[in-house]
Amino acid sequence: MTTLLDPTGERRAVERAAASRLPALTGRTVAVLDISKPRGDVFLDRMAELLTARGATVRRYAKPTFTKPAPADLRRRIAEECDGVIEGLAD
Amino acid sequence: MVAPQLPDGLVAVVKRECATCMLVVPVLGEIAARGRPLTVYTQDDPDFPETPAPIDDRELEVSWHHRIETVPTLLRIENGVEVARTEGWSRHDWETLAGVRPLGAALPAHRPGCGSLSVDPSHSDELRVRFEGGRLKARRIELGDIEDDIETAFARGWTDGLPVVPPTPARVLNMLDGTRRAPDEVVAVVPPDLVPVTVEKVAINAVMAGCLPEYLPVVLAAVKAACTDAFNMHGLLCTTYFSGPVVVVNGPIARDLRMNSGVNCLGQGNRANATIGRALQLVVRNVGGGVPGGIDRATFGGPGKLTFCFAEDETGSPWEPLSVERGFAPGASTVSLFPGHGPSAIVDQISRTPESLARSFAAKLRAVSHPKLVMGMGAMLVVSPEHARVFGAAGWTKARLRAELDQLLLIDGSELARGAGGIEEGVPAAIAQGRKLPKFRDGDLAIVHAGGSAGMFSAIIEGWVSGERGSQLTTTEVLP
Repeated sequence: MTTLLDPTGERRAVERAAASRLPALTGRTVAVLDISKPRGDVFLDRMAELLTARGATVRRYAKPTFTKPAPADLRRRIAEECDGVIEGLAD
Repeated sequence: MVAPQLPDGLVAVVKRECATCMLVVPVLGEIAARGRPLTVYTQDDPDFPETPAPIDDRELEVSWHHRIETVPTLLRIENGVEVARTEGWSRHDWETLAGVRPLGAALPAHRPGCGSLSVDPSHSDELRVRFEGGRLKARRIELGDIEDDIETAFARGWTDGLPVVPPTPARVLNMLDGTRRAPDEVVAVVPPDLVPVTVEKVAINAVMAGCLPEYLPVVLAAVKAACTDAFNMHGLLCTTYFSGPVVVVNGPIARDLRMNSGVNCLGQGNRANATIGRALQLVVRNVGGGVPGGIDRATFGGPGKLTFCFAEDETGSPWEPLSVERGFAPGASTVSLFPGHGPSAIVDQISRTPESLARSFAAKLRAVSHPKLVMGMGAMLVVSPEHARVFGAAGWTKARLRAELDQLLLIDGSELARGAGGIEEGVPAAIAQGRKLPKFRDGDLAIVHAGGSAGMFSAIIEGWVSGERGSQLTTTEVLP
């Protein structure tokens, strides 16, 4: 019988329930997160307009660079200051 | 497993299937008859010798733990500690060690011993796993009799698309001999899943990649360098771009491992080059969870993502090695990681002056990523011996070449602006207008020396997003 050693991280993914959806935008604060990709601002500016028109307060955030995960501090700030977040992912 | 303690006094280890052991049986009797405390362990036959009655070591536990390499071996143990040892039969050595004289008067003065069963190659691996396997903490996967080990590795998603060497405990224990570091030492936290990786897990993946144990310190250094914030393996993995980690090895370790820095050094055929780069990628895949089509979203990728590793040719170079440029002492062994892909060719078979050759380099370097994009991506220039000779003969240092290239690659914004030359891609007009822009920012162009001795070509390994926004050339010392 052959025995092999597991080359993987042997991790079990932690399953977390998604946060409950916002029932409405009125009176809510929504983060608009720019990951600093070119032309991300074009998409996010329009999103901000539409959100504001629907009664949401928009707060703008940006990652220092699109190549790295958002810093923990930034993620915490968004979680504390906002009820939801919209992120633009591509060019 | 804790080593079984030996009793105080004299200890002999023998096997029947050894003529010298047969020869010394009367001597063992003489020692016992003189009232010396003597314990005999037998490796193959519990009835050998008849007297003094032996202790059965057919499991070889005593022989293994006390590193018996030859039988007969005679040891003297005081307060549980070995204080003297002699192998084979030597009347003088046995008399001295036993403190009994004369011994074996009828025997020849010397006879070499035989190999201990505990080091017999046909089962030393199995013994090692039995007695040292407890050092390994990775989950063990038992295969059924009809399961093929190589196919199992494919089925479990452990491979890069090529077959891997099955990581058995024996192979991993042997691999760990390549480093002095403890198997449970954490080397780095591997993205994208941010999993702490131990020396043992790196060793498992190094086995799979086909590494020899002596390569392991280089693989460990490469894993450490890859997982720094500066190198940003996370971003390099996730990008839609072509690049992956390119490993450049400097210093005496490159020679010791017979790495290729010469003919076909960026190609196939050298075990160390091929497997060190592959091992790094397997760690990222298996430990970090970085799987193509998962978080690796490359549009094309490139063959270098299987492995991309070479050594710098230092002895033939007119310049200081990359490691010295990066602040390490001459003679230090280092691993440098560059985020790149390629190579692409620079052909210049005519230039015999450094000025002309530098212009050829610049013309091709300008095209890195796009001829109209600047300051975004780096490059590694691999200068061949025949090209380097032109610079060396003219007294151009590496710094001089870089300074000349910087000048030649200062490009008029009017050529770079979006729309210029009928090409919509380019630098936003507001940035391009009325100024010259450098192709590369400071530190974004690395220069190394490698390649075969024939060929007036050099190579460009194109980079990915450079600097703090992306991935920076990262150098780590190779530790034993």
